[in-house]
Amino acid sequence: MPRSMAAPVWELGMEPVVYQVTGRHQELVDTVTLQMTPVDGPAMSFLPGQFTMMGLPGIGEIPVSISGSPNDGGPLTQTIRAVGKVSAAIAGLGVGDRLLMRGPFGEPWPVEEAVGRHLLIIAGGLGLAPVRPIVYWALANRGRLAGVELLYGARGPDYIPYGAQLLGWLASDRMTGSLIVDRHSDEWAGPVGPVTELIGRHATVDPAKTVAMVCGPEIMMRFVIQALEARGFADSDIWVSMERNMKCALGWCGHCQLGPVFVCRDGPVFRVDHVRNLMTQSEL
Amino acid sequence: MVQPKTMGALLAEHPIFQGFDPEATEFLGGCASNHHFAFDEFLFRADQPAERFYLIRTGDVALELDMTGRKRLVIHTIHPGQIVGASWLLPPYRWRFDARALGDVRAFGIDATCLRNKCDANPDFGYAVFKRFLPLVAERLLATRMQLLDLYAPPVEVGAKLQA
Repeated sequence: MPRSMAAPVWELGMEPVVYQVTGRHQELVDTVTLQMTPVDGPAMSFLPGQFTMMGLPGIGEIPVSISGSPNDGGPLTQTIRAVGKVSAAIAGLGVGDRLLMRGPFGEPWPVEEAVGRHLLIIAGGLGLAPVRPIVYWALANRGRLAGVELLYGARGPDYIPYGAQLLGWLASDRMTGSLIVDRHSDEWAGPVGPVTELIGRHATVDPAKTVAMVCGPEIMMRFVIQALEARGFADSDIWVSMERNMKCALGWCGHCQLGPVFVCRDGPVFRVDHVRNLMTQSEL
Repeated sequence: MVQPKTMGALLAEHPIFQGFDPEATEFLGGCASNHHFAFDEFLFRADQPAERFYLIRTGDVALELDMTGRKRLVIHTIHPGQIVGASWLLPPYRWRFDARALGDVRAFGIDATCLRNKCDANPDFGYAVFKRFLPLVAERLLATRMQLLDLYAPPVEVGAKLQA
């Protein structure tokens, strides 16, 4: 029986909970990170890769990945880019404002697959937000992993979220990694090129002993998958986070249907060999 | 007494020529020389004859354009184990971009005319060289296309997409 059919509606997250914004950080020109706590009751617990439906009465509801730490039980942290009416309204919230929250939803990153192996995290653009909880998890479980490597590609130096934290991670001795930008600007002294370049140069791990988790625009992920395969990775060792139009987040409405799967319920995290054919089909 | 390595033996250690036929690598070594560039020094300049290309051993290099009225625009960066320069392969044998050292750079330089002459004189060798270089050119073309796609541009709202 599908997971979404196994419990009554009120246990599935259809009923929103009121959250209050307790912190706000302007990440990029059009992107903010909000910290939120429920007005009543305990904070939401979640797994890396899960998302919530964030809503404002009379405006609408959108799915947003959770970008905070799954380890500390602190405020819920989510990064929102203002691209439309709902996301702009949520991104415009300030400390003390309230909103509605449903979730968490979705299949998480299979972080336990990385235990005893190298964990290679590859992100592009705002795809860094859904993998950020993996990094928190990996650093908290560093002793159980053979290694942690983060490769990140951005549009340009002005488009890198969590900048100070990212540089701190990459400079630490607990993980390795590199970042690259597609477009140079005057203040940038680092590498210029697509994120796939980093796979050839920096991902020095043994593919047979590595799990790769990839998040970013779908076209970017397709190129990354090809680059990983060229390095000797098997499809079954590569995981991606997909995005589609989500409405109910329960696999009922069908808005996010991708062939035989519902991205909100069966994903958003998928093993590549399970969705590979779906990723290149038009009209899906 | 330890004999110094031949240039061919040194080239064989560079990632570009790993696994290349040893005899062919020695043959290629006759066109190669060692080079050092200090920070900000140009390996070559746009529109100059493409007389020598480089296999980077250490340091980083920027492929860039000098744009009048603007600061220099870096199109791509090249790193140890990679090649700087492809315009030597085809007429008119002139560089399209500037290549500038982003720090201390050590590289093998390959005399392009010498290599082209050897390729012409020995088609088997030339075919092997071109088979080694064509994937690099294709890789660079793919990289350029990916940059042109502007993959991380803000999405157009088409309903409620997962923000990722």
